Formats: sequence, C-alpha cells, structure tokens
Amino acid sequence: MSAPSGTVIELRQVRYLVDGTVVLDGADLSVARGEVMGVMGRSGAGKTTLLRLILGLTQPTSGQVLVEGEDVNALSTPELERLRLGMGMVFQEAALFDSMTVADNVAFPLVEHRRASGRELAGRVRALLEMVGMEGHEEKMPAELSGGMQKRVGIARALALEPAIMLYDEPTAGLDPISAVQIDEVIVRLKDQLGVTSVVVSHDVQSLRRVCDQLALLHKGKFIASGPLSELEAGGNPAVRQFLSASQEGPLTED
Amino acid sequence: MVRLVGRQIIAAIAFVGDSVILFTVSIGHLARGRVGWRRVIQQMAVAGTDSVPVAAFTLFLVGMAWGWHTAGYMVRFGATSYFGGTTAVAISRELGPALCGVVVAARVGAAFAAEIGTMKVTEQIDALEALAVNPVYYLVLPRLIACTVMLPVLAVVADASGMLGAYSLSTHFGISGSEYLGSVQHWLDYRDVLGGLAKTVVFGMVIALVGCRQGLRTTGGAEGVGRAAISAVVLSIALIYLLNFALTATIFRY
Repeated sequence: MSAPSGTVIELRQVRYLVDGTVVLDGADLSVARGEVMGVMGRSGAGKTTLLRLILGLTQPTSGQVLVEGEDVNALSTPELERLRLGMGMVFQEAALFDSMTVADNVAFPLVEHRRASGRELAGRVRALLEMVGMEGHEEKMPAELSGGMQKRVGIARALALEPAIMLYDEPTAGLDPISAVQIDEVIVRLKDQLGVTSVVVSHDVQSLRRVCDQLALLHKGKFIASGPLSELEAGGNPAVRQFLSASQEGPLTED
Repeated sequence: MVRLVGRQIIAAIAFVGDSVILFTVSIGHLARGRVGWRRVIQQMAVAGTDSVPVAAFTLFLVGMAWGWHTAGYMVRFGATSYFGGTTAVAISRELGPALCGVVVAARVGAAFAAEIGTMKVTEQIDALEALAVNPVYYLVLPRLIACTVMLPVLAVVADASGMLGAYSLSTHFGISGSEYLGSVQHWLDYRDVLGGLAKTVVFGMVIALVGCRQGLRTTGGAEGVGRAAISAVVLSIALIYLLNFALTATIFRY
C-alpha cells in the first residue's frame, strides 16, 4: 500500500462507467508532492469525475485511487473524512451554501472542525477572503455575487483548513482575465509558500501555462500524454499540439 | 408490464433500504453524542412552532365538523352526557395524531425534501462531504430529532384545539359547557392521550426520514426538486395512514 516516495495522488488503471457509458477507461496518473498538475481535456472527457474520484465522492468501477498512499475506496467513513480534511475542493459552480453569508461559508469548516468562534474566527475569515481578493463582501449572500466572485469564495472556503492538497474544477472558467490571473496567483503562491499539491482541471490553456508544473491530457478515458509543459510542447504528440493550439483538426476531433 | 412492476418493487426496496440506513447512521451519531444542537433547535422551530397555527386551525374545524354530527345525533337520542367524552377520545386517539401527522408531512416533509434536494442538485451536499462534514449528521439527524420531539408536542396543542372546536358548538345544540367538560373528564383516560401521542412519535420519524431521503436522492435540476417534494409528501402521508392503523390496532386493544 505504500506510495512511491513523494507521490501524493495516484490513479491505477481506473475505469469508471456511468449507465454503461465509459467515462474513464484505465486511467493512470501520479501527482508528486508540491507540484501543480494540470489536467486538460475536452468537455465531457471525465475531468470532473477525476476530482470526485480523488475525493472519494464517486467510486470507480474498477482500479485504485490512492491519496497519501491510502486506497480511498477501502477506507471507512471516519477514515475517509479524516483524509478529506487534508483536501480542499473548488467546485465548478462554487457550490457555496446558499442559505449562508460569504463569511459563514468560509467560517463553516473552521466552526465544524476546529470549533473556532469569536474574534479569532472573524480574523481567519478575513485573512482567507483577502487572499482571494474578496474582503469587504463578508455579509453578502452567494446569490448576490457574480460567478467569478462565488468561485473565489469557494477557494477561500476550501483553503480554510489549510489542506495539503487542493483540487480545482475549472477555477478560471467564467472569470474575467484579471480575476483569472488573480486565481492563478493564489494557486502558485500556495505551492511556493506552503508546498500545497494541486490538481487543476481546466480547458483554459493560458491559465494552465501559468500555474502547472506538469500537464496531462485526458482523452477517451485515458491520459494520452503527460509531462512538463515544455516537454509536451516540444514533443510531437499531435493531440497535445491540437489542444494547446485549439485547432479544429487533429486526433481530438476524430471519432 | 412485468418490467414496470419490477421497477416499482426495486424502487420500494431502495426506499426502505435508504430509510433504514439513514435511521441507523443517525442513531449512530446520536449514540456517540455527535449532535448539532443549534440546528436541532432551528428545525424544532420549523417543524414544531411554525406548524402550530395550521395544526390548531385544522383540528379546531375538524372538531367543529365532528361536533356538528355527533352532537346532533346525541341530542336526538338523549345521550348528551356522552358528547364530550366521545369527542375527546376520538380526537386524542385518532383525529389529533393522524391529522397532525398529515399537516406536518405536507408542510415540513415538502420543505425538507425541497431544501435538501436543492442542496443536492447544486452540489452543496458534495461540498459538505468534501469538507468532511457528514450530511446525515449535518442535515438528517437534526430534522429527525426535531420532528420526533415536536410532533407529540404539536399533537397536544392540536388535541386541545379539536376539543375546543367541538366545545364551541355544544351550546348551539343545547349542551352546556359544564356538561361537555364533565363528560370529557369522566370518559377521557390518560391512556387515550398517551397512546395517541405515541403514534405521533413514529409519524415524526417517518416525516423526517422520508423528507430527507427524497431530498438526498434528488436528480434533475429544478424539476427534480419539485418531484422530490411531491413524492416526500405523498409517501409520508401514505405511510402515516398505514402506520396509524397498525399502531391503533396494537396500542388500543378491545
């Protein structure tokens, strides 16, 4: 069960079928400690499923998902919850609790797990919101925020428990370019200052270029190419070239 | 046809299985003392306090309708000394508990299913799990405790309101207030009231479990939330009718 040293997340031959449709078909992936792994792929390629599998929100049809060397699907509920405390997930649609204010959303994990309250809690919430440029919006309800602002609050909430692993589902989709850069800076800063390991699922090539150490391309249920961006660009993989250049012709658009 | 029946049977088994799991997991959290009491109190207000007007109103008018018929007959047969007693027994054993259950199922069961269903389709339940907060602990257990505790309390208010409704008609039929109350005192046994309240404890559990289960199983956006609310109400009311008879036949022996 021990992971190779430095491997934080590992997928081994993961297959995932939903209603008979193959989403993942023997996917292998390995993410080293402290690196930012970008996962590219067309819409519906199974990128969100990948993050859900890592969190144990979805169970694979076959294969193994290891986080910190532990098989996510072999854990009991309390063990899985303990593992999840070390992971932060940023949902595509933010998934903020819509009956709570921005401040209460960010405070939520701290109240539930750290029994935090009072001035200490308020200070921590303010610091988290400052980190994503959302200070001053504490008392707003999620419905009063734009999609991009909601997503930034979602990042602040995911960071509240200082997880060692961050999972981002389309962190910059629907954001203006300035906000997108701001989010990218947060991702990079977490890596540089705190050594946070991240998986960023995205089809925003610009953003992936800014944040990722490693990139992997998911196509037809498998990772068909992976490595540092420079290597992928230099290599002759036509699928990677097509994705990075957003070309209409190439292996990704063939059926 | 066979496929349709088969699908219904599978759905019924899934429903029972889910409900049993939700119940046992909830009790597991309760046994370990993992209860969010602040949320329990919030839900007690939603399920109990906020349901007082509609439950009291329903029973008051049902008590009046009941009184209209029974008082009319009893005056004709010269049995007016039974009016208060029969009314009190019928309301505390059957009408109060069952109607209270139906009213709360319609009001609160639908609210639980819609609220949790909306959280489900907007990934808020996934967000809870991702933040290592168990949805059963956070959403189901407080509602289960609130309904189980508050339904009997609500039934006491409803019983009193029903008896008051019948009382308000007694003078119209020439039955004095003191005769009515004397009859209630003479015929109503504490076991009638307690037996009725015991049934509402079960109804409370059913309403909470069905509402939460339908909410947690919601798929398909806003339409799905609507379907969850409808099915929560229909299922819990049907179960209340079934259990009401089963419990009546068990508790009140002849």
